[in-house]
Amino acid sequence: MKKRRLVMRTTILIVLAAAVAYTLYANLTKDNRMKVEVGKQAPDFALVDMEGEKHKLSDYKGQGVFLNFWGTWCKPCEAEMPYINNQYNHYKDKGVQVLAVNVSESELAVNQFAERKGLDFPIVIDTDGQVQAAYGINPLPATFLIDKDGKVVKYHTGTLTESTVREFMEKIKP
Amino acid sequence: MKDIKCECGHVNPHGTVLCEACGKVFDEQSKDKSLLDMRYEGSARRSQTYNKSIVDKIWNFFSSVKVGVWLIVITLVASAAGTILPQEMYIPPTMPAEEYYEDQYGWFGKLYYELGFNNLYSSWWYLVLIAMIGISLVICSLDRVVPLYKALKAQRVTRHEGFLKRQRLFGTSENVIEQDIAGVRERLKAKRYHIREENGDLLAEKGRFSRWGPYVNHVGLIVFLIGGMLRFVPGMYIDKVLWLREGETKVVPETDGQYYVANEKFILENYDKERDKTFEAAIDRAGMVVKNYQTNAVLYKRVGPAIPGEKPELKKVKEHAIRVNQPLKFEKFALYQVDYKLDELNTMFFSLTNKSSGKTFGDIKINLYDPKPKYDLGNGYQVEVLSFFPDFEFAESGEPTTKSRIPNNPAFVFKMTSPEAPNGETSFVAIQQTIEPLGDNQYKMAFKGIETKNVTALTVRKDLTIWIIMLGGILFMIGVIQGAYWNHRRIWVQHKNGEIWIAAHTNKNWYGLKREIESVLANTKINIPIDQIESQKVDKEGV
Repeated sequence: MKKRRLVMRTTILIVLAAAVAYTLYANLTKDNRMKVEVGKQAPDFALVDMEGEKHKLSDYKGQGVFLNFWGTWCKPCEAEMPYINNQYNHYKDKGVQVLAVNVSESELAVNQFAERKGLDFPIVIDTDGQVQAAYGINPLPATFLIDKDGKVVKYHTGTLTESTVREFMEKIKP
Repeated sequence: MKDIKCECGHVNPHGTVLCEACGKVFDEQSKDKSLLDMRYEGSARRSQTYNKSIVDKIWNFFSSVKVGVWLIVITLVASAAGTILPQEMYIPPTMPAEEYYEDQYGWFGKLYYELGFNNLYSSWWYLVLIAMIGISLVICSLDRVVPLYKALKAQRVTRHEGFLKRQRLFGTSENVIEQDIAGVRERLKAKRYHIREENGDLLAEKGRFSRWGPYVNHVGLIVFLIGGMLRFVPGMYIDKVLWLREGETKVVPETDGQYYVANEKFILENYDKERDKTFEAAIDRAGMVVKNYQTNAVLYKRVGPAIPGEKPELKKVKEHAIRVNQPLKFEKFALYQVDYKLDELNTMFFSLTNKSSGKTFGDIKINLYDPKPKYDLGNGYQVEVLSFFPDFEFAESGEPTTKSRIPNNPAFVFKMTSPEAPNGETSFVAIQQTIEPLGDNQYKMAFKGIETKNVTALTVRKDLTIWIIMLGGILFMIGVIQGAYWNHRRIWVQHKNGEIWIAAHTNKNWYGLKREIESVLANTKINIPIDQIESQKVDKEGV
């Protein structure tokens, strides 16, 4: 009788505690719950670059992809661009591809920016925001490291230094 | 901790105050009182009796109504505190929250932010408070409803003298004839009492189900809380805002790229004094009054698979004029009109003009979302856009720069080429501002006009929890009604010491019970029982 009561009470308390713990967990992680999780397959996308060439993420299987989301007005994005460009030139023959996704700006703004900064890597414009939605982008700049199997290795938001960019490229070098 | 065996033979759990079966008083303190405390039928609330393991201690803590009341009071105070300053979701997005609160409200705002009151209703400690109220509800209810149910089920017709004597309504009568008792029995039956008999003693009872009202009510509350909890489960509840310019088609968030919505036109209508004469006075007093916010929307579904970024093939599903409370519904989703922005800059017109002669050499139209690098006007006239700043400002370094990608304050650097100036003249043009950085120009870009578009904001809402929350609300109300509109009344008519004893109990509305007894006992020799509280003081609990 007494034992049954203890089992009963313990069960009820455990059920209640589990419900509360789940609610708290779900609530506290809802803001940083990523659309794209580290260790999972990166969502495929296809965008056309400024030269008219189509870039499909899944076509880069076998290579590492340094995926950067940026805007011309975003100062930290601007600051890290030269570093990315340097390391791109260093790593492009070692199997690391850079894809810079601009967030819905005009071609003119993007072209002028690329020219001013002397950027060599392919830049694509996500005009209607589909790719941003798929990756849950906010805030800028946002960088995803995708390995040769198409899996997300790392997500980073905020300015990168040249050494971090190098470290990142090293990480996804096949 | 032993069970208590009553002289009537019934075995009661430890801690019982009144025998469940016959009502004999066990508790020494109650024995001295002239009236019984009938709450929970004097049953043993288990929590009060076993206090051994940690599980029991936690259980007992939540079983206390006092604790429950304090939890509610603390939650109320906290909820009120959350309304002193606006919550973070309602502050303008012009500056970060940590600056906004201090900037607007001084040290108090800073404190408010640092204590986390800016996001109070989703803070962990607020949720813990709500959760503790939920736990308290479950345990308090379980701890009371089970013993109460058992005690009411075990009650016998014949009651102990001490029990009857200590009821609030109690009376004795001598020389009562059996016919009177039979008459009382019939009249009680006519009043829908359930009658049980044992050795000529009567127990008339009605409305017992009213006692379950509070517990039904609590079940409703718990269902309600479960519904609230389910909102945190991914996919159960979606509440997003989608901004859409006129002419734009965008993917509806959270639909996995399956649905797209286009804004054909956004309409804002005001009440017109001339047309709606009825409202003339009101309009004169209040100024502009909006009659209608409307988005003419078209819903599309994607055909076949498409990966993000590729132009999807779309099939029109339906057209709908979204007005306030007239959402566009599809599957489990609804798109509601929620906000708007009128006259957003979209296109600017300029004409290349000779400053001295005033002669123009062609107009250009610049789409601010997609400006062209070059506009050729023929005959050797051409305008190049060297730089474009959609949301222009001067940076700290003095360089022109853009704050965002939205053309709130567009500025251009034009290079104007003409037969007179084949190498081009440079001009910086912003709204109501022209700078010629390389000396005086012969030509200028004369501002001709603008085209604007309206932007609508739609709430994308999916709520699979609403049925559970509604069910909780319905159960809540059923419980309230059940407990409020019925009374649990019991009347004992018993032979004791050659007399007829009458005792009665109700969980509320003693006045009603007394009137019922009066009418039942009318025209008999049985004395009307006396209200033992009223005989001491004025009845406070009356109707």
